[in-house]
Amino acid sequence: MYGLGIVKGLTTTLRHFFETYLDDLRWLGKGRYGTPQGIQHRSSKNVRGLFTIQYPEEKIPVPEEFRYIPFLIHEEGANGEQQDRCTACGICAKVCPPQCIWIVRTTDSATGSPVPAPAEFYIDIDICMNCGLCAEYCPFDAIKMDHDYEIASYDRRQAHIFDKQRLSRPVSYYAAIRPSNYASEEEARKEKEARKAKAQAAA
Amino acid sequence: MTSTPATTLEQEIEARLGDALAHETRPGYAGYRVEAARLVEAARTLRDDFHYDYLSCVSGVDQLPEGKLEVVYHLFRTRGGGALVLHTLLPRDDPHLPSLVSLFPGAELQEREAYDMYGIRFDGHPDLRRILMWEGFAGWPMRKDWKEAFYEQEGKPFDARWPGGRARRSEDQNPFGSNVEYPPGFTLEGWVPEGEDALYASFGRIEPGGNGSGLRTDRMLINLGPQHPSTHGIFRMVAVLEGETIIDIKPVVGYLHRNHEKIGERNTFLMNMPFTDRLDYINSLSNNFGYALAVEKLMGIRPPERAEYIRIIMAELGRISNHLWFIGFLLNDLGAYFTPALYAIQDRELILDLFEAITGSRMMCNYFRFGGVARDFPEGTLQRIRELVEERLPRKIDELDGFLSGSEILRGRAIGVGVLPPDRAIAYAAAGPVLRASGVAYDVRRAEPYGIYDRFDFNVAVRTHGDVYDRYLIRLDEMRESLKILHQALRDIPAGEIQTGKAMYQVRVPAGESYARVDGPKGELGFYVVSNGKPNPWRYHVRPPSFISLTPLGEMCRGQKIADAVVILGSIDITLGEVDR
Repeated sequence: MYGLGIVKGLTTTLRHFFETYLDDLRWLGKGRYGTPQGIQHRSSKNVRGLFTIQYPEEKIPVPEEFRYIPFLIHEEGANGEQQDRCTACGICAKVCPPQCIWIVRTTDSATGSPVPAPAEFYIDIDICMNCGLCAEYCPFDAIKMDHDYEIASYDRRQAHIFDKQRLSRPVSYYAAIRPSNYASEEEARKEKEARKAKAQAAA
Repeated sequence: MTSTPATTLEQEIEARLGDALAHETRPGYAGYRVEAARLVEAARTLRDDFHYDYLSCVSGVDQLPEGKLEVVYHLFRTRGGGALVLHTLLPRDDPHLPSLVSLFPGAELQEREAYDMYGIRFDGHPDLRRILMWEGFAGWPMRKDWKEAFYEQEGKPFDARWPGGRARRSEDQNPFGSNVEYPPGFTLEGWVPEGEDALYASFGRIEPGGNGSGLRTDRMLINLGPQHPSTHGIFRMVAVLEGETIIDIKPVVGYLHRNHEKIGERNTFLMNMPFTDRLDYINSLSNNFGYALAVEKLMGIRPPERAEYIRIIMAELGRISNHLWFIGFLLNDLGAYFTPALYAIQDRELILDLFEAITGSRMMCNYFRFGGVARDFPEGTLQRIRELVEERLPRKIDELDGFLSGSEILRGRAIGVGVLPPDRAIAYAAAGPVLRASGVAYDVRRAEPYGIYDRFDFNVAVRTHGDVYDRYLIRLDEMRESLKILHQALRDIPAGEIQTGKAMYQVRVPAGESYARVDGPKGELGFYVVSNGKPNPWRYHVRPPSFISLTPLGEMCRGQKIADAVVILGSIDITLGEVDR
């Protein structure tokens, strides 16, 4: 019969309509909206009914691998001094596809020879394409991709060139946003140091 | 697939065309060299007698050190097998050669692109105008001696970045400085854009018609776009109408052109990987796949087993997410505003969440590396993929099928609309679902398997009518086949390494050429890469499937109603990021 296909299709729409309310009823009092477990449910395979996450009231937690604008890592000493991990080797600047990383290497004022530390470090975040290659190829785990994606600002000119001060974050921040990456890197580092110590002891 | 082994086929070709074809002798090159004067003859014989009926890719190359320009043709047989490559070298000062459009209409837009980018003239081309650049643009931008605005240095990495790099905003540097040239005698005030006139003139004389029923009607020109909600981006169709009937239609592209290929030739090989994400931004993973294959071919490496499986899983998930998107937005084009689209992209959302967890980004995945992938699946993601593939996606595809396929409105608007017969589809080098919906069972995953596709049991989805409805159905079929592949890949995926050798930020790529193609969700996506042993590719050319599938748009639309043009365009499934590059 003509029109049967439309009727059949409309039953799907009707089912979606009812599922929206049924799921709300099923979750009544359990916090389908505005709670972490509700958000988790609404972005899982089990979700029926309404999918939408009400940003910015609700936010989907970003996965660990999420990447957005790099940051530099510094170690914190006991009395608050900061030690950059970066050695100004320039690999990140060389691998960067849009060439948005600018590094000034420190030179020894007495001898004029290069010192493995950045004097200045800039990232033009207008141009950064969030590809994550800098973090991937940094041999010192000194530059990593951030999770903070809400960086809108009123000034779209000079403020969009992040300098070293703006880019620098403590190791503890990195360990907090990327716990498993951090743990595996620490493990690799300890292993390497142990191997080194062993080799030295043998020699 | 072929009964004759490759060697005898080669011998046969050489026996027939020995005097026209000369073996390519440059190291790392394959195929034949052919004189411009004998190109058409050779191509006709190859097509008619040797079944090389699919002209996949036409690439211009600037061989500046030799003072030549080169055109490279990649021919395939729709019965399967590898490429036959023809090279034609031309003098730089007056580069012209006969057009192949009369033999392979699918070369039309590609030859226009080579003309636009290199200034190579194709004699006998029906409509040789600029295509990506605007009319009135002076110069040939892909030639090596042409420098773009913001030109800094021949190749990346730029010396200004390290060790003495004080950041400057590129926007603050005057873009219209000494690196912009105007033709002699040019004034902005006196300039009249001739391009539009040339475009309209390309339709020939628009005669007052008459629709056969005795009514006196006028033919008229209608511009759809470039700003139009149904064109999926900044895209324009110019249509000649008789009443509501389309007499002729031409696509106008290039509004999103950023010279991806020029950027690609400044980049190092690895830097291009995230740039390929931005081609067809719906399917960054299959773009990564094609480019990685092309460079791996040159380097002579293969990824380890686990990485091969990861690639297949990611590429097939990407195909499903693309087809869900396609179905949703085809219905939008039909006027079913957003209910089907939202139902379809719900599950795409779950796939994108997985991409984000695995690659770090929802759409700009940048996940493949030469000889592997960027990182292994994080903990728990494999399980999430399994649940999605086994429980949720099959249900979703069935739901969409039941929701839409039987609808009389969809059937009425789609059946018999925009028909592309199989022989025309091949001639136009239409790719992927468009080709297969026309009854040509041609899938690169089967015809010339790449990665480990030869290990999986799946069918090449084929539909026979070649209309919009079949192009809709074939996407459902392909999603079901993708699920089959995913089931097998998820069952068999081994543990192990994900990268061959050490991950390097500067790869050594031996000199030579390579062409790798994948069957992306939009069709055959090819990458033609020429290396001269330096850190930057000498030539980096993309064969964008949705760009080339636009070539038959005119033929599919002729005789249809103007409202159907929107649907026919939607059924090709274009992404302007890829069309315009």
